[in-house]
Amino acid sequence: MSNDVHQHIDSAMTYVLVFVVLICLTIATTAVAFVDLGPFSVVAALVIACCKMLLVALFFMHVRHSTRLTRLVVLGGLLWLGILLLLTLGDVMSRGWVGVPGR
Amino acid sequence: MASETQAHAHQESLALREQFDTAAQQKDASTLGMWIFLITEIMFFGGMFLAYTVYRHLYSHVFAVASSSLNVYIGAANTVVLLCSSLTMVLAVRAAQLSQKKAIVLFLVLTLLLGGVFLGVKAYEWNEKFVEHHVPGASFHFEDLPASDQGHAQLFFSLYFAMTGLHALHMVIGAGLLCYLVFEARKGRYSAEYNTPVDLIGLYWHFVDIIWIFLFPLLYLIDRHLGR
Repeated sequence: MSNDVHQHIDSAMTYVLVFVVLICLTIATTAVAFVDLGPFSVVAALVIACCKMLLVALFFMHVRHSTRLTRLVVLGGLLWLGILLLLTLGDVMSRGWVGVPGR
Repeated sequence: MASETQAHAHQESLALREQFDTAAQQKDASTLGMWIFLITEIMFFGGMFLAYTVYRHLYSHVFAVASSSLNVYIGAANTVVLLCSSLTMVLAVRAAQLSQKKAIVLFLVLTLLLGGVFLGVKAYEWNEKFVEHHVPGASFHFEDLPASDQGHAQLFFSLYFAMTGLHALHMVIGAGLLCYLVFEARKGRYSAEYNTPVDLIGLYWHFVDIIWIFLFPLLYLIDRHLGR
């Protein structure tokens, strides 16, 4: 049988549960935005967004059941995004730290 | 010999290309290819997120005030709409995996409708910006800021329109792809043996959802408590 496409089929209940958690996180991130957490409001918003991204990627995009090669490629992509963000922000945000002689 | 021709006929029905040994291998290759495309998209949007973060860092006060003029409840409601469409999309993929041919069409149409609702709400929000003169250009005017800050406020709204516009463009393309899927699914093309297009367009749709998951807090929520 070439029908051995080893696909794992999640139950509809799993998807509905993930969906409910996603909705709760959306409400949570909206509610938290109105509370003054100082610099931590950015952190809270991004942590919740990353949780939602993980839920969508792992369950809805089936990364949970993907081949190792696919998972490696996904991680590699995020690594490049990390390089883009970290190095550029590292430059921009540290520019005022050291005075430039003659200026 | 007989079993060989039978196997051959079976493979033909799966549209197995000659470079692949099994249908599973072909599916894995397609999935990998789609992910590589999505990574180019991540880098594409990543540049915009980076530009937004840099300017938000440089002009944090103006960005906080401008960001607070967006309607957070409409944004949150639209997030819920998009998450619903992701649920119906994943249920369409599941229906395809289970060969439930009527359910595939139903869930695809629901996804399409929810995507349409999202775009409609987005159009309403954009229209509001035009009415309020918050669209970058000659007639731009942001009431709560002095004349010296108008340029930086325009920068915020330029990034707002570029990012939400690009996201909406992806939604429109996604809607076109969904129409194609509905058309094919009505002919009963997708089943447990062959559902690669449903699966891959599902990946694309969820990716667009993830972009919005980041756009919503970054554009609408951060610094909401400062802007009031």
